[in-house]
Amino acid sequence: MTIDLPMIWGAIIAFGVFLYVVLDGFDLGIGLLFPLFNRKGERQVMLNTVAPVWDGNETWLVLGGACLYAVFPLAYAVLLSATYLPVVGMLCGLIFRGVAFEIRAKARRTQHVWDMAFIAGSAAATFFQGVILGTLLQGIPVSDGRYAGGPFDWVNPFSLFTGLGLLVTYATLACGWLIMKTDGELQRRMALLMRPLVALLAALIGAISLWTVLGQPAVAARWFALPNLFFFMPVPALVLAAVVGIFISLRRGREHAPFLLALAILFLGYTGLIVSIFPHLVPPSLDVWTASAPRSSQVFTLIGAAIIIPIILSYTALSYWVFRGKVRHDDAGYH
Amino acid sequence: MLSPIGAEVILPDQALLLARWQFAFTVSFHIVFPAISIGLASFLAVLEGLWLRTGKPVYKQLFFFWSKIFAVGFAMGVVSGVVMSYEFGTNWAGFSAVAGPVTGPLLAFEVMTAFFLEAGFLGIMLFGWTKVGPRAHFFATLMVAVGTLISTFWILSSNSWMQTPQGFDLVNGKVVPTDWLKIVFNPSFPYRLVHMALAAFVVAAMIVAGCAAWHLHRGRKDRAIRKSFSMALWMLLVVVPLQIAAGDAHGLNTRQYQPAKIAAIEGLWDTEHGGTSLNLFGWPDMDEETTHFALKVPHLGSLILTHSWDGEIQGLKSFPKEDRPYSPLVFWSFRLMVAMGLLMLLIAALGLWLRRGKRLYDAAWFQRLVFLSAPAGLVALLAGWVTTEAGRQPWVVYGVLRTKDAASAVTVNQVGTSLLTFVVVYFLVFGTGIYYMLHLMAKGPETLHDAAHSEEEGTGAGHDRFAHRPLSRPTDAIDE
Ligand code: HDD
Ligand code: HEM
Ligand code: HEM
Repeated sequence: MTIDLPMIWGAIIAFGVFLYVVLDGFDLGIGLLFPLFNRKGERQVMLNTVAPVWDGNETWLVLGGACLYAVFPLAYAVLLSATYLPVVGMLCGLIFRGVAFEIRAKARRTQHVWDMAFIAGSAAATFFQGVILGTLLQGIPVSDGRYAGGPFDWVNPFSLFTGLGLLVTYATLACGWLIMKTDGELQRRMALLMRPLVALLAALIGAISLWTVLGQPAVAARWFALPNLFFFMPVPALVLAAVVGIFISLRRGREHAPFLLALAILFLGYTGLIVSIFPHLVPPSLDVWTASAPRSSQVFTLIGAAIIIPIILSYTALSYWVFRGKVRHDDAGYH
Repeated sequence: MLSPIGAEVILPDQALLLARWQFAFTVSFHIVFPAISIGLASFLAVLEGLWLRTGKPVYKQLFFFWSKIFAVGFAMGVVSGVVMSYEFGTNWAGFSAVAGPVTGPLLAFEVMTAFFLEAGFLGIMLFGWTKVGPRAHFFATLMVAVGTLISTFWILSSNSWMQTPQGFDLVNGKVVPTDWLKIVFNPSFPYRLVHMALAAFVVAAMIVAGCAAWHLHRGRKDRAIRKSFSMALWMLLVVVPLQIAAGDAHGLNTRQYQPAKIAAIEGLWDTEHGGTSLNLFGWPDMDEETTHFALKVPHLGSLILTHSWDGEIQGLKSFPKEDRPYSPLVFWSFRLMVAMGLLMLLIAALGLWLRRGKRLYDAAWFQRLVFLSAPAGLVALLAGWVTTEAGRQPWVVYGVLRTKDAASAVTVNQVGTSLLTFVVVYFLVFGTGIYYMLHLMAKGPETLHDAAHSEEEGTGAGHDRFAHRPLSRPTDAIDE
């Protein structure tokens, strides 16, 4: 038996994208929460909780792109041609946000301008990532190995809705992160905000699930066929349990549980999406096998990935450990 | 079709042209920041190492100062780089589909071995003062510097493979890799890697020297300023001659593998027998197949490009018209690079001469010269890339894939819109970013008020190393 390389690569890329969504999710989310918090020094504290790690977080996006390019070049080319303008929008958002990170702390007179850049950049990057996700879920027409749709196919209610959905998701993650990383008044207000955010998130997940299932017979068939149904039934139930868990932990003043449970919700939602499109990279026609690069490219890259990704994970963990604990207004060493 | 911009007309030629402009624009912006990051990262590692060894506060002072500038430049390098890696898919789908199996894995290796390393340790390097000990901190700084060099290794392997491809088969018009060692270590790679890494050091040394020259000229002559001026000039004295030697070797290699590029660089139309002369200046004319106003030096072409008196160099006329690079551009970009190289050589030599008379920190004319020449490294770097890339045309992958077949099937409007967006966003964001970097440099390193910090102290990497002070205090604001 030969190893099914495309399948392994599909799994690695799915893992990379998930890590990206988790890690950059909470730091993009901080930009989304910025408008609500503007008492003295609050914004800088919020930024400082991620200042040492945001660059590493964003690198998972680069890894996802580079691995897709390396092992599924066809899927990479088709996906990016179909979502050309949203990708440009996302990149511009990331530019504004990334530079604002460095400059905000060093600016005084123009600080509010950089705050705006940070907020708008985070919002644009998040929204367009959601739009790209929505476009992918609905399927992308391909003929002759090239994108066969128009430049504005991504403008439709479903994609715009997933864009909004991702905004709420990232804001919730950030809120949970900040409950964990801050204390005092700031933490108290974050905990207050967490409740409506989680409720909204649960509602949105429900809406998007229904919409995909109703709008796409293929997805419905996958979910409702027996025996699949028995395996998949727990997913919505677990989401609900996690939501309830967040409310309870907030009432008891827990600091870590809200964030971890929000991660659990994200994980469940993400698995749901993968179940819906598996084994496609770009539904309806490109699956992991048809989109594959030559075997030699996949083997070469896999050897590297198998050795290096564990090392990356360990020093990333190390870096989070070095910066563990609460971040406070008068902390030394930041900027 | 929804289109706020106008009717959808697919004009492949124009879309291609715009895509090329977009690539040239975004990559030229990008490369400026990596070059600074690569050079400064190593400079910072040296400063911190010296501080650990000698305990002299001046090194710490310089480290703090340049790490602030480094941080802003690095952030701009990261975000402009993210744009680059997605552009292959958006604008160059043909390139991705045909050559992706080679360039993709190389980029993936760069992400895994370099980008994560830089990003993972950058946090500790910039914000970890109070969190880890001096040695661990030095280790983080080293990792960042090593990361930038590993990154150079992979991206140049990729680019050199596009110049001198080998180690693959063509199956159904697509590249199928067969030998990865041959791919990574392709014939032009060693030359290009050395030339580019040296270029980054030259760039950083010129910037450090220029910054110090400015402060000296304005009358600030404390130890930190003098030290950085002197260090940068020593650096230039070593790397500029090396760079010129590397460039010379690179040229021999290019003559062997890309003779049309060399002919275009030299504005040489006919193959001259018994020794080729060199066109010092002139204006190559693609239509009339001649170089106007040529100022020729007999035999010099042979001497430089073959290292022999009467070596033969192929002229442009021996290549079909559709395979010729656009000579006027590479002719002049190459000369611009060489001129900058010679200018910097002169600066390094003058520096040595002034040292002997102990006038290094006092000669005002020299300070003005160094300050005005600070961008020379960057100018040479960009000119060099333009020569390399435009000289490869009309191919993207030399002899394998033509540029016109590499583009995506996207509309003029899409490429045009994104180009316009990038131009506006880049000038706005990176423009202010660069302004801030210049502003930080103009403020200069903080002066040491504390007499206890005198140079003689030399107590090793002592307790005050991570003095609890935030890097930027209100007085540090860069916009006041
Ligand atoms: C000689 C060196 C060199 C060259 C020719 C390029 N780069 Fe670069 N790049 C770097 C050297 C570098 C670097 C030094 O490693 C950077 C600069 C600052 C930084 O953070 O890393 C970087 C950053 C950087 C990043 C962000 C990394 C991160 O997330 O940390 C990406 C995705 C790229 N680059 C991609 C590219 C692509 C697709 C290029 C070609 C078209 C390219 N770079 C040319
Ligand atoms: C970083 C420094 C670089 C600079 C300043 C640079 C500059 C340029 C320029 C000016 C062109 C346009 C040539 C023309 O159209 O006449 C070009 C083309 C191109 N370069 Fe580079 N380049 C750089 C690095 C790279 C690297 C590292 C790669 C690949 C890994 C690359 C891939 C390409 C491709 C695919 C094209 C073809 C598209 C086109 O013709 O515009 N470049 N580059
Ligand atoms: C003065 C003597 C120099 C000579 C003879 C020289 C020669 C060359 C040659 C032959 C090429 C290759 C073009 C090709 O075949 O693709 C090149 C490219 C390049 N040069 Fe130079 N060079 C000199 C100085 C410099 C300096 C001072 C810098 C920057 C500080 C620089 C930066 C570059 C860069 C970035 C490239 C493109 C990347 C590459 O192909 O390595 N050069 N140079």
